[in-house]
Parts: sequence; structure tokens; C-alpha cells
Amino acid sequence: MVKNHIAKSFTGGIKLNANKNVSSSKTIAEQFIPSKLIIPMSHQFGPDAIPIVKVNQRIKKGELIGEPADKNALAVHASCSGQVTAIEQHQEPIVGEVSSSTCVIIQTNKDDDVSHQKKYWPRDTQTRLNLINQAGIVGLGGGSFPTAEKLNSKSLNCELLILNGAECEPFISCDDVLMREHATEVLRGGMAMMELVGASAILVCIEDDKPEALNAVYDAAGQLNSKLIQIVTLPTRYPAGGEKQLIEAVTGKEVPSGEYPINIGFICQNVGTAYALDRYIQLGEPQINRVVTVTGQGIKNPQNVLVPIGSPISELISFCGGYNDDVSHLILGGNMMGYSLHTDELPVTKATNCILAINKSQEEKSTQIWPCIRCGDCASVCPAKLLPQQIVKAYTNKNFNKLEELGLKDCIECGCCDVVCPSHIPLTASFKNAKYLTEEATTHSLLANEAEMRHNLKKIRLSKEQMKVDRLHAELKSNVRGDNRKSMINDAVNRSRKLRNKK
Amino acid sequence: MATATLILSGIAITLAILLMLAARYFSSSTNEVVEKIETLLPRIQCAQCGYPGCRPYAKAIAEENAEINLCPPGGDETVRRLANFLGREFSPVTEPVKAANLNTVALISEELCIGCNLCSQACPVDAIVGVHQRMHTVISEHCTGCRLCVSPCPVDCISLIPRHG
Repeated sequence: MVKNHIAKSFTGGIKLNANKNVSSSKTIAEQFIPSKLIIPMSHQFGPDAIPIVKVNQRIKKGELIGEPADKNALAVHASCSGQVTAIEQHQEPIVGEVSSSTCVIIQTNKDDDVSHQKKYWPRDTQTRLNLINQAGIVGLGGGSFPTAEKLNSKSLNCELLILNGAECEPFISCDDVLMREHATEVLRGGMAMMELVGASAILVCIEDDKPEALNAVYDAAGQLNSKLIQIVTLPTRYPAGGEKQLIEAVTGKEVPSGEYPINIGFICQNVGTAYALDRYIQLGEPQINRVVTVTGQGIKNPQNVLVPIGSPISELISFCGGYNDDVSHLILGGNMMGYSLHTDELPVTKATNCILAINKSQEEKSTQIWPCIRCGDCASVCPAKLLPQQIVKAYTNKNFNKLEELGLKDCIECGCCDVVCPSHIPLTASFKNAKYLTEEATTHSLLANEAEMRHNLKKIRLSKEQMKVDRLHAELKSNVRGDNRKSMINDAVNRSRKLRNKK
Repeated sequence: MATATLILSGIAITLAILLMLAARYFSSSTNEVVEKIETLLPRIQCAQCGYPGCRPYAKAIAEENAEINLCPPGGDETVRRLANFLGREFSPVTEPVKAANLNTVALISEELCIGCNLCSQACPVDAIVGVHQRMHTVISEHCTGCRLCVSPCPVDCISLIPRHG
């Protein structure tokens, strides 16, 4: 029988008004095929894939188009059938910013020729992990960490596999609907992961505001009839879906600063990733699509869509009925941790979990920033147990040592402190900038150290060369000054006489 | 009256001797000061201050022979730090326009390069490689964006580009 647990909550965090019903009331729309695909060759971790297709080449759905750069790197596949029209630099959203990378542009056709087929699932762990990389499977929670790399930790002794279905962002519901409709596949994928890491049980963690998903997972677990699956109901509290927060809520243990969950015996995987792995094992389908929540008051027909990776966001939005007239701006990700986009001509990547178009009424009113009154609310809601007001002070003073001391790198940029701050200080934005500046300062000081070393080496080289020249001069001089001085002068005079006589 | 004068001048003389001794035996070595100043500088060896490298400039500052606002890549931020450390007056950087910038690297246009080797002699960190009469190139990982190679080039084929991308 499947066991049910109710977990306590983690430190800090806040209760937010959920807006999930806007998108989760409909089933996943699976028939979306865009007219063109922009498939990036870059990955958030590891080297870029090398495009192996040519312009005008016809390709099938699931065909390999980007070869991994080395044996631990990830492959890239075509997510629809069609014809390659270009291989060029195109903008894509990567970790909080829009930057340019090599992309394969595909004109799709409606044939839907499928190239992949069910493959043999070997018994050997290493071969399995290689296959997962070749299928291009990365974590779908938003970090896009290579799944094989995360699962490659048998030596570290993993006790528990945690399937993260918490999904705490108020607008996002892609994991929710995935669990409602594909609970069996999710659990099967989870079991495959559990086998790979040698864990003794799976904990499926779901927030209590998703009763349908909870029921579906219960039923599926009952059908699979495995004693190893346990389901945990979490109290709804943002950010319960953060890896470290989830582990704290479920197990009561804290992941130390700068370490990974595996160091204390846990591995955390998103439910979407488990689903993708199951699709690969059952159908041989590489990771070529994901569920994306398209929502917000700025969208005519908010819903969850199964989107081929590389679809332009603009086409996805027109599939959902297009924008409402009063739309004000577009956010990639949820309203708490997402970031604004300046254009919708960007591809959906594996990290894209939500596209949020908000209208003027939802827009946060820009209020005046007041000085900090030291109420301490930010510190009490911080799930990473940091002191936001101290960090922001160190940031304004550009005190990098202090920033490190205060644990800036542990900030998960959840935005809780922003919500509670009565002075409306833009805390999270400052922390993001502070992280960027710290990184820049570190690389600059490394460069400067190296420059200094190379400059000194050059000085040594130059002085050595100078010494050589000096030594030569000295030798010549001493030869002339020695005992044979007169004879040398005579020889030279004779030589010049001979020359003159010849002329 | 006489005793008071004697006592006071006695105290003054003893203190003066003590101070002289202290200055001789407890002086902070100039080397340490130079090193500290050098860490406050950007240390990219661009020589735009007029001294051949950051250390000579730091030495000149320590000996009070140079102004503290001669470092264009460091910018006003560096001047402020130096002013704080040395207790000198802040004044903005003299010529911040053509500042060397760690976020840029030099790029030699390979079609135009005539192989004169002048740039590689100018490079303070030996980041330019090439043989006489043959094309030269910049090792961008080592380049500090100091612009010292730009003006010696007789065919103007060196430009500065952003470090990444």
C-alpha cells in the first residue's frame, strides 16, 4: 500500500495567492506544431553540440542534428520533421538573459515522420547514463542540469530519490497537469531513476493545492503496486519547489552551503524529467518537447501546451489565441523568479516552463523606494536563512568580501524578501546584480594576477636578452684591451691597406 | 622659572629622540606599501600612467613622485580607493576616454598584418605571437585589453573587441 506523509514546512517562505486555475483547468494541448523551429545547439551546462545537418537537408522528428562535443556532453535532436533552412546565430534565452548562439532553423512540414523507435534498455548503469546523454535529457525544473550527470552518483550512496512535483510558483501549472494526465509514466520514469542511483525509495512530493494531481499519483502508484513509492503532501508555501527547501521540508535535513543534495544522500528530480526519461525508455523518444504553461491576463486562451523544443514563443502565443489588447509585458518563467523578455521571437528551450503575459492590472505598480527601516521581515522569510538587508548594504558599498561572508551565493533569488519589504527596496534585483559583479571581479582579479605574472616574465626575458648583448660587447672590448691589442690593431690596419691597394 | 624651562626642554628632547628612534626602527617598509598600492591598481600592465607597468607606478606613488589619478583602466573607483588608503585628496582620472578595459581584447586583422613585429614588442604580457614578415595573432586568453599594441601598428590593423562573443 502506498504510504502518505504530510510534511512540515521549511524555514522562511511566504504564502502567495495561487493563479494556477487560469491554466490548469484545461487538459494539455498536444497538437501544436509550429511553422518553423529555432533549435539552439548550446546547453546551459557543458560544451555546445556540433551541428551535423546541412542546409536544405530533409529531417525527421527525433533525428540527431547536433552531435555531442565530447563523450559526456548532450546531443540535440529535431523536434519536428521538416527541412533545414539555415544554421545561424540566433537569440535565445539563457539563465536570466537573452544571448546569441548557433541555432539550426527548420521549416517544418505536417508529415510528422518519426525517426526514433524503441531501443534496447541495457542493464549496465554506465551504458544507460550514456544513452540518457545521447537522448539529450536535462532537468526540466528550470536549471537544465544534465540528468545523467546528476544520476551518476552511485558511489556517493543515494538513500532517497525525491520527485519534485511541488511547483510553488503561483502561475505555473505544467507539472500539475503532467501529473494529472501522465502519473503512471512519471512514476515509471522515477523508478528507472531509482534503479540507476541505487536508492531505496522514491518520495513524490506534491503541494496540497493540487488535489487532482495527488489523486492521480495515488491511483498510479496503486496500479504499479510498488512498496517503494511514497507520496508526500506538502503545505502550500512558496518556495517549496526549491531543491534545498523541498529536502528540508520532507526530510528535516539541511543541505550545507555550497554542497549538493547528494552529499547528504538525496537526489532531487523534477517530475517532467522523469516523464521524459520514461518516454525515452518506452518509445525511444529523445527529449524533444516539454509542457509549457502559457498564462496570464494578457493571453486570450491560457492553457498548458506540449511544445516542441525550439518553437518560437510568438507562434506558441498565437496558438493560445494571441495577446489580449491590454497586454503590457511578457515574462519567461513565473512572476516570482521569471524575467522580462523584450521580444517574443525567441525559441522555447528545455528550461522554459512558463510564458506569462501580464496586463496593466496585474502589473506591479512602481512605488517609491524608501530607506530600510530594519524591520527584519526579509530575514524572517528568507528560505536560505540569509540577511537580505545586510547583503544589500554590502552591495551598495561594493564590499565583495562582506558579500561572500554573508553568503550571497546561497541566495536562490526567490523574491520572498521583495514581497514583504515595506520600503519596496528591489532586493532580489540587487542580489542578481551583486552576483554578476562578484563573478566579474573574480575573473578580473584572476586575469590581473596572470597579467602581472606574464609581465614579470617578459621583464625577466628582456633583461636576459640585454645581459647577453652586454656580455658580447664586454667580450669584444676585453679582447681588444688584452695583450694582443697591438697585433690586432696592426692586423686591422693591414687588412684595410690591402683592400685599398686592390682598389 | 629655570627649573621649569629645564624640565620642559628635557621632556621635549627625550621625546624627540624617542620619535627619531621609532621612525628608524618601526618604519613600515616601503616595499609593503608598494605592494598594497599595487593590489589596489588593476594590474593589467597597460603603462598608460607613463610608468612601465603597475609596480613602477605603485612605487612612484609610494615615494610621492606621482599623482594618484593617472590610471585610466582603474577609473575613479581606483583613485577613490587609493585616496582612502593614502589619505590623499581625490581627483578624477586624467584621461578616462581611451581607457584600457579588461572586458575587451585586441584583434589583429589577419589580412592586413604585414608582420612588422612592433605590436608583439609593445605587448606587456607577451600575448601576441608571430614571426617576422608573417602574420601575427593575439592569444585572447592572455590579452588584457591594454591598447598598447594599437598605436605602434603601422597599418592600423588592430582593433579592440568585446572579450566574449
